[in-house]
Amino acid sequence: MTTSDTAMAQLSTGERALALIGGEATDANLRRYLHGIPGVDAVGLEQRAADLGTRSVKTSSKKWAIDKIISLIDLTTLEGADTPGKVRSLVGKALTPDAGDLSCPRVAAVCVYGDMVPHAVAALGSAHSAGTDAGVNVAAVATAFPSGRASLAVKLADVHDAVAAGADEIDMVIDRGAFLSGRFGQVYDEIVAVKQSCRRPDGGSAHLKVILETGELNTYDNVRRASWLAILAGGDFIKTSTGKVPVAATLPVTLSMLEVVRDWYRLTGARVGVKPAGGIRTSKDATKYIVTVAETVGEEWLTPGLFRFGASSLLNDVLMQRQKMTSGHYCGPDYVTMD
Amino acid sequence: MSFLDYAPAPESQALLNLRADYGLFIDGQFVAGRGEPFQSINPATEKQIAMIAHADAADVDAAVSAARRAYDKTWSKLSGSDRGKYLFRIARLVQERARELAVAETLDNGKPIKESRDVDVPLVAAWFFYYAGWADKLDHAGVGPTPSARGVAAQVIPWNFPLLMLAWKIAPALAAGNTVVLKPAETTSLTALLFAEILQQADLPAGVVNIVTGGRDTGKALVGHPGVNLVAFTGSTGAGRAIARSVAGTDKKVILELGGKAANIVFDDAPIDQAIEGIVNGIFFNQGHVCCAGSRLLVQESIHDDVIERLKARLSTLRLGDPMDKNTDIGAINSAEQLARIRELTDIGEQEGAERWSPDCVLPETGFWFKPTIFTNVSTSHRIARDEVFGPVLSVLTFRTPAEAVAKANNTPYGLSAGIWTEKGSRMLAVADKLRAGVIWANTFNRFDPASPFGGYKESGYGREGGRHGLAAYLKPAAGRAAARTVTAAPAASVAPAVASPAEKTPVSRKKAAK
Repeated sequence: MTTSDTAMAQLSTGERALALIGGEATDANLRRYLHGIPGVDAVGLEQRAADLGTRSVKTSSKKWAIDKIISLIDLTTLEGADTPGKVRSLVGKALTPDAGDLSCPRVAAVCVYGDMVPHAVAALGSAHSAGTDAGVNVAAVATAFPSGRASLAVKLADVHDAVAAGADEIDMVIDRGAFLSGRFGQVYDEIVAVKQSCRRPDGGSAHLKVILETGELNTYDNVRRASWLAILAGGDFIKTSTGKVPVAATLPVTLSMLEVVRDWYRLTGARVGVKPAGGIRTSKDATKYIVTVAETVGEEWLTPGLFRFGASSLLNDVLMQRQKMTSGHYCGPDYVTMD
Repeated sequence: MSFLDYAPAPESQALLNLRADYGLFIDGQFVAGRGEPFQSINPATEKQIAMIAHADAADVDAAVSAARRAYDKTWSKLSGSDRGKYLFRIARLVQERARELAVAETLDNGKPIKESRDVDVPLVAAWFFYYAGWADKLDHAGVGPTPSARGVAAQVIPWNFPLLMLAWKIAPALAAGNTVVLKPAETTSLTALLFAEILQQADLPAGVVNIVTGGRDTGKALVGHPGVNLVAFTGSTGAGRAIARSVAGTDKKVILELGGKAANIVFDDAPIDQAIEGIVNGIFFNQGHVCCAGSRLLVQESIHDDVIERLKARLSTLRLGDPMDKNTDIGAINSAEQLARIRELTDIGEQEGAERWSPDCVLPETGFWFKPTIFTNVSTSHRIARDEVFGPVLSVLTFRTPAEAVAKANNTPYGLSAGIWTEKGSRMLAVADKLRAGVIWANTFNRFDPASPFGGYKESGYGREGGRHGLAAYLKPAAGRAAARTVTAAPAASVAPAVASPAEKTPVSRKKAAK
């Protein structure tokens, strides 16, 4: 991507948002726009999600789904106790998920805290995608993850640091306090500023995933409004959760966000990605998500550029299912590596 | 092959052990019918499933006599709590054999396995559990203290939800202390006969429930039989009218649950994604073979184009095909006769100037199939906006104000159900108040619960099924304390044909029932 392309994209996103909300991104204008979006009926949404969850994905479809799920995973470690060694091990797992079967696809990215980005980049070496389509990305959580409780200057410095260290993707958190008290303009401006900070000196830009922390937004109406807000402000992805609060990704929440992305595509022709994160631990659960993606926004969304799973333990369950599909036997957790 | 062409996921039929021939279930036994047996076919393949006995007037008479005997000798003498125990036992057996019943229902009716598995059969069990709880609480059914049963109930059910309609009829009848002769629809007798096996398994006293299979003549003989005290019918308005005529002047109580042409009203502030799901569920659930189907979509003019665009996109993801596949959304039309009717009415719709649209989907070569279809540009005078199609066909009309929505919704001879989609609670209540329909769903559609009464206004019938109201229909108030004690035997003696009770018949052991 050239500088002028990026500038154009930036400009058109901003212009588009202003045109849609009918003026500057003030609290009042945004409020008028976001509250004009049709509401969500919780019972109906959950019923639809449950219905999608009953799809029976078997044999050849299951085989395809398993490899697809692996290729969509952001393999994640976000612990205070993380070490460079653990990150190197994670990268190894990302590159060769199943040491016993080299036909197993790589995951999409590794997701780490900002200070671990250099270690992840070093460990990936030539396998680091670094802005190309091939290889594995490095995603960094930033903006005072997970709470977002810091000044804007600190948040932006956090982003700068990670991008400078080679992060291809930035997972930012929105200011839930501002959102819940109706300061939509502040949330919007912050996303725009972070997006700006994702730019690299070479003219490229790290992809921006906007974490809504749906568990704290509490209602589906809020999730829907926050999704629109994040997309209007220029987020490349909308992401459910940090994984650090009790309620993380759920199928109804993800369905609701996918519906926003679908409507945005209808409205503007632009594609935005969705990343459910936290709490998706089994192959069976992950399959429900890809069914929901395919039946809501279409199969073309099942690509790392438009859909990701934020997960750590999911990969091993999928690998065990994969081994069972190829060998006919269920091997158990001792036959997949810890991380 | 794309991911959305999910690999086949057929439900196993191994659980199902069907016989080649089924008799009538009379007095606790399967017996041969005197009429010419007929075949029951799988509407998805047109292959024969089994031969079904055809009951003639003499068979019906035997069934009614057995029901009368069972009423006089055992059922009316059991306590409410003992009747409840039988109903609980039936409910548990339905749950135990749920998979088998679902497979049989899908095989015989053509509905998708996911619907028979997730809707029909669980509701059947729920209905028996619900009315089992009522059996010893009849004093609270709303017909005064110590009400009595009516006696022998003649029940005729349709083919759209064969086992569920059976449960809607049999559960309250037995809870209230009646005995039953039930006639399933000609094209869908199978699950009623499997249910008869469940009754044997449950040790239900012989004759309490009798099932006579056959055609229209069988149904006619049953509702016209002088020995029945109550007629309950679910089906077309035409047939319901004939039944009402045939029982006029007798003392038979009649409950009719007939056709519908429900309006599904979508206001511009509706939760749009859920409204689209509700519209789809309202008319394409069970191939639209639902008397309360939301077959008229009334959408506010300002959002008409958006709704139609979203609806078309959603319909394109529906999967039509093998009903036994777990991923099938739209199954087969139940019979060639019904398919012909749907074709006729949709052709008329086109001729009258409505705009027809269906998603691209390949129809299987054998069997009876109809693509999900929507008609736009429909006016209230079009036949597709007035006649019950009873198929996967939606007519879309528009309105501008709530008053116009109400006027259009009520402008039908039917009045079974309606739907309202809005985020504004006060509008929801105000509109619901003005709609002349028995069931009104708000921000949902086609939801059923045994505790909720169901039934229609106008040509959609009279009487209610479900809930306390559904129970009350099978009861009559005590004339007085003394009368209440003798009333169980009195009507039996005066109406029933005299049939000697076989001496070797022993009344059911109450201890056994208690287990």
